[in-house]
Amino acid sequence: MIPQAGGTPVVARGLSVGYHSRAVLSGVDVTVEPGESLALVGSNGSGKSTLLRTLAGLLSPVGGSLTVLGGAPGSQPRGLAYLSQFHESGFVLPLRSIDVVRMARFDHRGRFSRATSLDEDLVRESLQRMGVEQLAHRPLRSLSGGQQQRVYLAQVLARRASLLVLDEPTAGLDAAGREAFLAAVQAERDRGAALVTSTHDIGEALVCDRSLLLAGRVVAAGPPNEVLTPEHLLQTFGVGLTRIGDRLVITETHHVHHEAGHAPHQH
Amino acid sequence: MNWAVEPFTNNEFLSRALMAGVLVSIACAVVGTYVVLRGLAFIGDALAHGVLPGVAGAVLLGLPPMLGAAVGAGAMIGGVGLITTHSRLSSDTAIGLLFVGLLALGVVMVSSSDSFTGDLVKILFGELLGISSHDLLVQAVATVAVLLVGLTFGRPFLLLCFDPDLAQVMGFSARLHHTLMLLLIAGTVIVSFQTVGTLLVFGMLLAPAGVGALLARRVGVMMLIAAVTGSVSTYLGLLASYHFSYAAGASVVLAAVLIFFVVFAITAVADARAARRHIGVQPEGVAA
Repeated sequence: MIPQAGGTPVVARGLSVGYHSRAVLSGVDVTVEPGESLALVGSNGSGKSTLLRTLAGLLSPVGGSLTVLGGAPGSQPRGLAYLSQFHESGFVLPLRSIDVVRMARFDHRGRFSRATSLDEDLVRESLQRMGVEQLAHRPLRSLSGGQQQRVYLAQVLARRASLLVLDEPTAGLDAAGREAFLAAVQAERDRGAALVTSTHDIGEALVCDRSLLLAGRVVAAGPPNEVLTPEHLLQTFGVGLTRIGDRLVITETHHVHHEAGHAPHQH
Repeated sequence: MNWAVEPFTNNEFLSRALMAGVLVSIACAVVGTYVVLRGLAFIGDALAHGVLPGVAGAVLLGLPPMLGAAVGAGAMIGGVGLITTHSRLSSDTAIGLLFVGLLALGVVMVSSSDSFTGDLVKILFGELLGISSHDLLVQAVATVAVLLVGLTFGRPFLLLCFDPDLAQVMGFSARLHHTLMLLLIAGTVIVSFQTVGTLLVFGMLLAPAGVGALLARRVGVMMLIAAVTGSVSTYLGLLASYHFSYAAGASVVLAAVLIFFVVFAITAVADARAARRHIGVQPEGVAA
């Protein structure tokens, strides 16, 4: 059993996040317990990625209070796995897929020590869980965008972290990749890991324990069934949307004035 | 084969040049790999030229040129950091401004004094054939230092090249390691400029690492290929210099750049053939 980083994964009170002291999202009050999942839903520019970067310790909070894994954001690096939205280096670096996943264990191994059998088991298992074990020795730059995303997700899994902070993890994945990801995330939650993820996919948000609907502020927070209502979606995306199962249907094209721009994809 | 070996066995200055060139190649292979992977070619170029006023100032004051080069490199790195931190300008604008400013200052300093006759060429193109035992020792110590730093910080440097955010999240300060990487580039330039010159050290940073990037599937292998390419370039360049009286430093870098383009052409043709096989396209004139 791998020891977990101590402390509640996320506790935010009156949190404001942004850049250079300018808040792009304010009034976040949320607690994420071990094994729980939280989906951030909102249009482009609503503050999802900024909030995730703050949780990961890449940005300082602009206001309010935030503890991650019981300490200041960034103070428990081994307990946290982060997936950023963009990977610009994929086509430059001479790396095989397995090398990318092995990077996940760098902070566990220190500067010089070789990989342990536990490290190698985790790497192999993570590649299998994302269905890319047959691509392990292929150069990353030779893979398609969706295959690369699976490798990046395998890297996240190989961290065996207590808190997963994922920015649009299913972007570019096909149906099989999405299914593999959802199964892997469920397994992570079963072992006690917490998940905070951003998504444009209402279906994904519905399988989380709770969701935050964002538009520069928190429009609604709570169980997805209570949050993803037509009224809240209208406030967030500026168009009338109705949920039928895990599908969204545009019911009203009248645009309300709002800083949040585009409607999400229909499902 | 006498023409290929004897120049080095019969001439001590040439064998010393070969040893110095190989040492420069090993140091530049490690540092150049990070320059290529991290996209730092512009600041590498700027550092290679920006040390000129520092070297000129040191010569005027009777101080070691290496000390002046260190001051010039420090001004370049510090200036870029200052501008990017306190303005909205991108780092390439800051690098460009300091690059041209420091180079111009160096040329003004050199041109205003008669004591630099011939020294400017030496600074820019080095004095590979005039390497002393002391220079060789300094280069050897510097190469070992570069290898040690590369080995010690290999993992955070790789993370930095892959994704600075990931490095930061995993507890390796992206800013600290980026600065360390810049200092490593600066240190290599400072030590190597006496051998191949400020202008040509930049070529030795880029061309062999470029060959490595074209051929390697792993970063360690890329460094190894770069070191071998640099060493072979040194040998070929010195040989050409000996037989045809070409400038030694320039011949070495020219050989490295030529090797890059040969490898580039070969890999481009191989990639095109592989892509053609992959999509099942037959060459023209071949019956399906």
